[in-house]
Amino acid sequence: MKKIKLIGLLGVLAAGALALSACGSSAKTADAGGKGGKNNFRTLDEIKKSGTINIGVFSDKNPFGYVDENGEYQGYDIYFGNRLGKDLGVKINYVSTEAANRVEYLETGKVDLILANFTVTPERAEAVDFALPYMNVGLGVISPENNKIDSLDNWNPNDEMIIISGTTAEPYMIKNYPNIKLQKYDTYANAKNALLNGSGKAWVNDNTEVLAFAKSNPGYVVGIDDLGVKDTIAPAVTKGNTTLLDWVNTEIENLGKENFFHEDYEATLKDTYGAQYADTLVIEGGKTN
Amino acid sequence: MPDLGLNVIFKGKNAVRLLGGMGVALRISLIAVIISIPLGILVGILMTFKNPILKAVLRVYLEIIRIMPQLVLLFIVFFGSTRVIGVDISGDLAAVIVFSLWGIAEMGDLVRGAIISIPKHQYESGEALGLSKRQIFVYIIIPQTIKRLVPLSINLITRMIKTTSLVLMIGVVEVIKVAQQIIEANRTASPNAAFGVYLAVFLMYFIACTPISMLARYLEKRR
Repeated sequence: MKKIKLIGLLGVLAAGALALSACGSSAKTADAGGKGGKNNFRTLDEIKKSGTINIGVFSDKNPFGYVDENGEYQGYDIYFGNRLGKDLGVKINYVSTEAANRVEYLETGKVDLILANFTVTPERAEAVDFALPYMNVGLGVISPENNKIDSLDNWNPNDEMIIISGTTAEPYMIKNYPNIKLQKYDTYANAKNALLNGSGKAWVNDNTEVLAFAKSNPGYVVGIDDLGVKDTIAPAVTKGNTTLLDWVNTEIENLGKENFFHEDYEATLKDTYGAQYADTLVIEGGKTN
Repeated sequence: MPDLGLNVIFKGKNAVRLLGGMGVALRISLIAVIISIPLGILVGILMTFKNPILKAVLRVYLEIIRIMPQLVLLFIVFFGSTRVIGVDISGDLAAVIVFSLWGIAEMGDLVRGAIISIPKHQYESGEALGLSKRQIFVYIIIPQTIKRLVPLSINLITRMIKTTSLVLMIGVVEVIKVAQQIIEANRTASPNAAFGVYLAVFLMYFIACTPISMLARYLEKRR
């Protein structure tokens, strides 16, 4: 009995050590041999055959992916996911993912597809395969109505710009507008207060955030809604899962013909951002301008 | 009275969802506790043995579990099992495995500490009375060990219950995740919902952990 226990423990330790080394080395590569030579993903046919697709989404990012009071997944990403499931003819199993584990879920094939407000970046593209984009994200500048900021070119050097540390806005502003003085805050709530009590002239943040803020705070207006390099949001599949990737791409192109993502925007995002920003935020048929 | 967002809890199925989330958290931690206590006691007894190989192995096991944050262990078991051996285990199972490994290691160390804290004269007195080694263990050492062990293990159990909040990182929707979902879903409708929802979560953890503390007090008094 003691011996068996001991062997068991040794096995646990060995497995732990193996897992550790594997995590270290395969973080960047696609780890094709992950499942003993088999693929670490399910092909389109395998998904169809099983009758269920596993889609990783956010469950707490209103209005993109969240769970309503009846326990149902809702939001812009979910609206799209439901359509994918319907057109594929399979049931959908939504998996609640976090920003930090989305790549890992795909690399281990624990989900087939990620629709979790996933911004396309070169680093991520090395680890997963992105399909065509379905949404834009950029930076926006919000300020009081009586001091609308349409351009950052004639910025008064005495004025300060509010920014949240650690957001994409920070490196962008430092690089492209080094002369604009920044007023940095750690949290959303503090930055918001700084704008409301006038400590800063304007606030630069993700355009979705500032648009939502303007919508719920009368007297504030978004003068610039597409500052800087635009990033896009796209579905992602496990690296090398070409059958599923091709199907999703074709699907996005076809959905573009019926203006599906505008319909999605109407249903899920309009209440938060207002109808006039549909063309700013939505990408139809995977075509970026 | 300021709006504490308590109404959000009673919207739709939110209350049931929160209770369900607490159920998930309790199920994981209690299964882990049930596995940890007997195996932990066994490991703890093994730790007091003089065999150097056994000692070294258990030491390494304990240190690994102790040094590694539970979150890292969860990731290793949940994603590592798929990467390395290609077994796709569920988040719940991964959580039970990690919490059991943690519980066994910590429980083992508590048992070891409790056993070696029994003064040597207790053993010697037993021998003087002509008791066998087995009898000394069963009638003298173990009863005293258990008495020392109860408060320590209750502490461990409540810690395990509370640490289940980490399992949301491997896709298990437990009470904290449900709370976050409710708060986010009502972000615009009731911005203060965080207070009410977390208050409810606090009360649920409190209600879950209190009987365990009471049981501990009862056990300590009974001796």
